[in-house]
Amino acid sequence: MMGLMFALKIILKSAFRHKTRTLLTMGSVVIALVAFGLLRTVVNAWYAGVAASSATRLVTRNSISLTFPLPMAYKDKIRQVKGVTDVSWGSWFGGIYINEKNFFANFAVDPKSYLKLYPEYLIGPEQKAAFLNDRRGAVAGIKLARRFGWKVGDLVTLKGTVYPVDLDFVIRAIYRGKDKNTDESQFFFHWDYLNESVKKAAPERADEVGFFMEGISGPLLAPAISAQIDSMFKNSLAETLTETEKSFQLSFISMTEALLMVIQLVSFVIIAIIMAVAANTMAMTVRERMGEYAVLKTLGFGGFRIAGLIAGESMVIVMTGCILAIALTYPAAHAFRAQLGDYFPVFNINRRLFIFYAEASLLVGLVAAVFPAWKVIKTPIAEGLRRAG
Amino acid sequence: MQEPKGPIVQIRGLNKSYRRGGQQIPVLEDISFEIAEGEFLALMGPSGSGKTTLLNLIAGIDRANSGSVLVGGVEITSLSENELAHWRALNVGFIFQFYNLIPVLTALENVELPLLLTGLSKTERMEHARAVLELVGLSERMEHYPGQLSGGQQQRVAIARAVVTDPVILVADEPTGDLDRVSAQEVLSLMENLNRQLGKTIVMVTHDPRAASKAHMVRTLDKGILT
Repeated sequence: MMGLMFALKIILKSAFRHKTRTLLTMGSVVIALVAFGLLRTVVNAWYAGVAASSATRLVTRNSISLTFPLPMAYKDKIRQVKGVTDVSWGSWFGGIYINEKNFFANFAVDPKSYLKLYPEYLIGPEQKAAFLNDRRGAVAGIKLARRFGWKVGDLVTLKGTVYPVDLDFVIRAIYRGKDKNTDESQFFFHWDYLNESVKKAAPERADEVGFFMEGISGPLLAPAISAQIDSMFKNSLAETLTETEKSFQLSFISMTEALLMVIQLVSFVIIAIIMAVAANTMAMTVRERMGEYAVLKTLGFGGFRIAGLIAGESMVIVMTGCILAIALTYPAAHAFRAQLGDYFPVFNINRRLFIFYAEASLLVGLVAAVFPAWKVIKTPIAEGLRRAG
Repeated sequence: MQEPKGPIVQIRGLNKSYRRGGQQIPVLEDISFEIAEGEFLALMGPSGSGKTTLLNLIAGIDRANSGSVLVGGVEITSLSENELAHWRALNVGFIFQFYNLIPVLTALENVELPLLLTGLSKTERMEHARAVLELVGLSERMEHYPGQLSGGQQQRVAIARAVVTDPVILVADEPTGDLDRVSAQEVLSLMENLNRQLGKTIVMVTHDPRAASKAHMVRTLDKGILT
């Protein structure tokens, strides 16, 4: 058995014999893995709403499309369905803060029932009471408040786009998410306030909501309750489509599924590219050192030992790149979040990603070494020695 | 000079040819000869005469088309690749024209390299390697890398690497071919000492008549035929 320390010494010294090439290869591995990590995190961010959805919440919307409203009067009928414990409602306001660049999600909701249905939005009791008691009050997520420097008591005006009204709000509360999957960049206000304003500006659109949310007594009841709600409004002017919150979120994602597929595909193409880069480096290295390997074979080193040296060198280069990539993923994600956080309110690095980095690097390191090692083993010693010197 | 003993190498009916462009090119034809233990043999001949090929066959780093090569009582033509590698590690020391040291290893580490296959402990390996480097006059250069040594010094490290396992036979392919006159003389003196004082059997391929003059016996190859 070749001395392990001696082998390690040869591997480390050989790996850095061409420093520029080795560093460039490591750099390629780092860039590729970090890019892979960011792309995978983008995909996860897309699914953040799905991950945060509850199995005991249903969403009822107009069966034609989410852009068509439902009569407010449905609320009482829905409440009577057996298994429904809570009913809340809301409308997408789509308001603009100062200009279009400052996009964020803003909803008119029934505050009391909404906060009961969504316990993951954590608000202090004083702020909660202030919000519930002020019809012009609004709640902003902590990330959103930080983005615009809002504090409790600040005045905020949103220009209506879906509704022909501009609304003035007082920030009464700032919420935090219960866990990392909770979106902390949303804005909620009283549906009654919106409805009153709409009654004046466009009375024909008053007393309508965008969606109802139902709390149910158990996840197993979801199909039956959904069917019952929808059957109640069958053949009405506004037929409904009720689904679990998860299905509701997934229906949004399905609109961009092709894009997600492309991102996923690109992320795996990146792994294939680093495999090619590492394999190219090892092929060049082995071609240059064919004479040295022939000398080792001459001295009695067998194919297995020489393959071990080549694989070891490949692994050193790729795994060093992997470690650097792990170290750089958080700063890269931070920079990404700073630039694109408005579009990805939940952008968290999943630590399982690093296990994938290690697995992918192991695979790349080994695959990159296979062909060069095979080439060395198959090349006759006499032929290899002709390349030495 | 020690008196040559019985044959350490016995070659019978050795044939070797290469295939080039669909044609079989003969390199060695029906070679038969013996090398006595403790012999210092020089193989001479023009370029392409098959000297290096014959040396490679004796050293077990190439395969003959037919014939027998018996070294130290072992029929090496019948050994598998792995067996042959193991046999080389224990029985053959190699000296190349261009030294062929591993550039990322120090002189001491280069000499230690073949000992990794012997099962010796780290301490034993270091003792052997140091002793041999002292023998070739490089005790002051043990921690130097090949790039920090002259050609003659590198060849002496290569000789130390060749003898450190105490092999049955030393094979040298143009050992002075890349050296200046003084260094060549030093290397040849060293090989002569190894043969005289330690009784090492040496087979040396050379173009250089001065180098050949150090040998006990000179055989010439011409167009694959030994004379």
